[in-house]
Amino acid sequence: MLMLMSCKREERALVTQSPSLEMQRSRYEVNVASNGESARIKTWFDRNSWSMAQGKQLYDAYNCVGCHAHGGGGMGPPLMDEKWIYGSEPQQIYGSIVYGRPNGMPSFHGKIPDSQVWPIVAYVRSMSGLADQSAANPRDDHMKGPLPPSSVPESTPHEVSLPESAEQPR
Amino acid sequence: MHYIGLMHVSLLVLRILTRASLLLALLASAATAQPSAEDGQWTMPAKNFQNTRYSALDQIKIDNAKNLRVAWTFSTGVNRGQEAAPIVVGDTMFLVTPYPNILYALDLKNKGAVKWKFEPQPAAAAQGVACCDVVNRGCVFDKGKIFFNTLDDNVCALDAATGKSLWKTKVGEINRGETMTMVPLVVHDKVLVGNSGGEFGVRGWLTALDTNSGQIVWRAYSTGPDSDCLIGPEFKPFYESERGKDLGVKTWPPERWQIGGGTVWGWISYDAGANLIFYGTGNPAPWNPELRPGDNKWTCGVFARNPDTGQAQWFYQWNPHDEFAHDGVSENIIVDLSIGGSAVASAVPSGNNNSDALRTAHTTASAMRKVLISAQRNGYVYVLDRLTGQVLSADPFIRITASKGVDLKTGRIINNEEKTPQIGKVIRDVAPASAGGKDWQPCAWSPRTNLLYIPHQNLAMDYEAVEASYIEGTPYLGANIKMYANGGGKRGEYCAWDSVRRKKVWAIPEEFPVWSGTLATAGDVTFYGTMEGFFKAVNARTGEPLWQFKTESGIVGQPTTFLGPDGRQYVAVLSGVGGWAGAVVSADLDTRDPTAALGFANAMKDLPQVTAKGGTLYVFALP
Ligand code: HEC
Repeated sequence: MLMLMSCKREERALVTQSPSLEMQRSRYEVNVASNGESARIKTWFDRNSWSMAQGKQLYDAYNCVGCHAHGGGGMGPPLMDEKWIYGSEPQQIYGSIVYGRPNGMPSFHGKIPDSQVWPIVAYVRSMSGLADQSAANPRDDHMKGPLPPSSVPESTPHEVSLPESAEQPR
Repeated sequence: MHYIGLMHVSLLVLRILTRASLLLALLASAATAQPSAEDGQWTMPAKNFQNTRYSALDQIKIDNAKNLRVAWTFSTGVNRGQEAAPIVVGDTMFLVTPYPNILYALDLKNKGAVKWKFEPQPAAAAQGVACCDVVNRGCVFDKGKIFFNTLDDNVCALDAATGKSLWKTKVGEINRGETMTMVPLVVHDKVLVGNSGGEFGVRGWLTALDTNSGQIVWRAYSTGPDSDCLIGPEFKPFYESERGKDLGVKTWPPERWQIGGGTVWGWISYDAGANLIFYGTGNPAPWNPELRPGDNKWTCGVFARNPDTGQAQWFYQWNPHDEFAHDGVSENIIVDLSIGGSAVASAVPSGNNNSDALRTAHTTASAMRKVLISAQRNGYVYVLDRLTGQVLSADPFIRITASKGVDLKTGRIINNEEKTPQIGKVIRDVAPASAGGKDWQPCAWSPRTNLLYIPHQNLAMDYEAVEASYIEGTPYLGANIKMYANGGGKRGEYCAWDSVRRKKVWAIPEEFPVWSGTLATAGDVTFYGTMEGFFKAVNARTGEPLWQFKTESGIVGQPTTFLGPDGRQYVAVLSGVGGWAGAVVSADLDTRDPTAALGFANAMKDLPQVTAKGGTLYVFALP
């Protein structure tokens, strides 16, 4: 596994087709898969930019974005940082999504077909840089406009005159 | 002088009365329109039915506030946003923590030792559907009972003396995204409670439960047919646009009212003379307005209802077809103003024995108007006639670009067309941001200065409307947001507002949103807290800072003041940053994403550098 990870940068493989039937089938086994197989699946999804772009769309469409924002979190924890409560392995993320988690992560079991869960897994992993760098990370850059001036001369009034209505305290 | 005498009497009364007779005394004062004399207690978070947060205690004054020091502290054991008010009844203080909503009774005769605590054990899953941190805004006392709501939609009634659970009623459904964060109000033996969840397409309501049995007496929805909204023959709104049958259905695309928001998560005030309650309704769902053409009644407005039947008397909509999640839930403070004339008096007695005479004089002069004052999220301070719902004035208290004013003829806000959201377009510099000119944090009103004290933020935003799909129990928004300082100013401010002259009298700029509540006293001192963690005392007349104390964490709570068993005046506040503004710290959000915390994170990037999580009660007194 380590070796596979370290090879990524050199290989720069860019897979752009949709998952093969075989791959679709093997996803069912992921939860019980041997380490070797889950590593294979992980690598495949992490490098698949088509899958990741798909994942981003699905992440928005299934309202993940409402709770986790674009990775920074909100009602749900951030997904772009290095901290994981339930683990960053694809099958663990799969588990978070499909079965839910006790402190407020809803179960999407029966709501998202498995063929769509895996691209979401790949996208979630890409937020914290766990996916292959060569697979494009479709971030939302359009909201990243110029930063507002952080400190500007004070324009707020600070008068110390008494209001008319306060002039005759009772 | 006379009023100091009163204080002594009430102190004596407090000391000698048995619990039962004390409760009778409280009952008597609750039955009259106004809290008669200051009794040194603080039995509901807003202090009184009028929601003035004004105490007639005056031991702490302009010239001695600088001597305030910590009397004792208490750790709540919960490190999330502490938005609750510590309330005081006799010798006991009660406070409720954020999720898991532990209710503590603390002994004031023993520096806050725990008398009892109650753990309602709300469902853990509720945490995931609380839009803006897992906050709770407090508990309320009435006739020997403590009432509060849990995040997972249970209304709890406890025996105030023992902490024994009297009843617990489930009134909502977290699987739909419904939570509860507001403080109940008790009127005529009914606990009035409302729901949260406007970000989840929850259908808003206000519900009345019987204080003795916990049974639901009535429920008034904020959307849907008139029968569901308890709109009947008594309903006489001031403006044409609020008249017609089933507007809660007709002002929506087909069926959309069922997931239309209008939740009731703010404050309720009560005018005993008119027997009317007043409360605001939250934003319509989804946030993206393009997906719900129409006025979206009865969201983003204020209802006046009969507390006994729930029947609506009038409604006024701050934001018809709200575009920017400018919930209408700000507190509606009950005062009587002489509008247009020079003399001003307030309905809230200051404890001065002349006030009755004064009030009568003004009533007969007929210049007096019974009004509501409300600093709304959309950035205006409104003055409404509380008997009719007519808008008497609406003036901006911050820079506003989202709208151009309020048409006093039609009552309708004039939206700025340049800022109208459109799917796929990023609109820049929308002010106020969706968090509003002011959010949940309640104002105070002093009858001595006739000023409204407004703790608030000053934020604008970039707003991108996107598609939204409704999936039960998940956010129903359709908007990407990024907030920042409004017009290059500071992000927060604490100001004093003159509702008669309709202008800001003084203002204290703050680096971060002022997300705490505030209170005013007869010592002409007001208090508020900052997100850095400073608790501040201010000269109520001039805004001159008098004193500050740095607490362990940022302050987003509601200060209260009371007379201790030793006859001294105390001021209490919870420290512990959080809430929507402070979620970047309390929920460890990643501020590299400007849209985190529904876009608030972008404005709070530097908060983690000045404060960390906390959960401690501070009680201050003069030496
Ligand atoms: C209603 C809000 C909500 C929605 C919608 C939601 N989540 Fe979550 N999510 C949470 C919460 C809250 C947690 C933390 C649960 C816990 O700690 O037990 C969480 C946890 C997770 C985790 C585990 C994080 C970790 O550190 O281990 C992942 C992964 C995740 N969510 C992904 C998703 C994806 C993908 C979607 C959309 C399909 C989604 N979430 C939708 C609220 C939500």
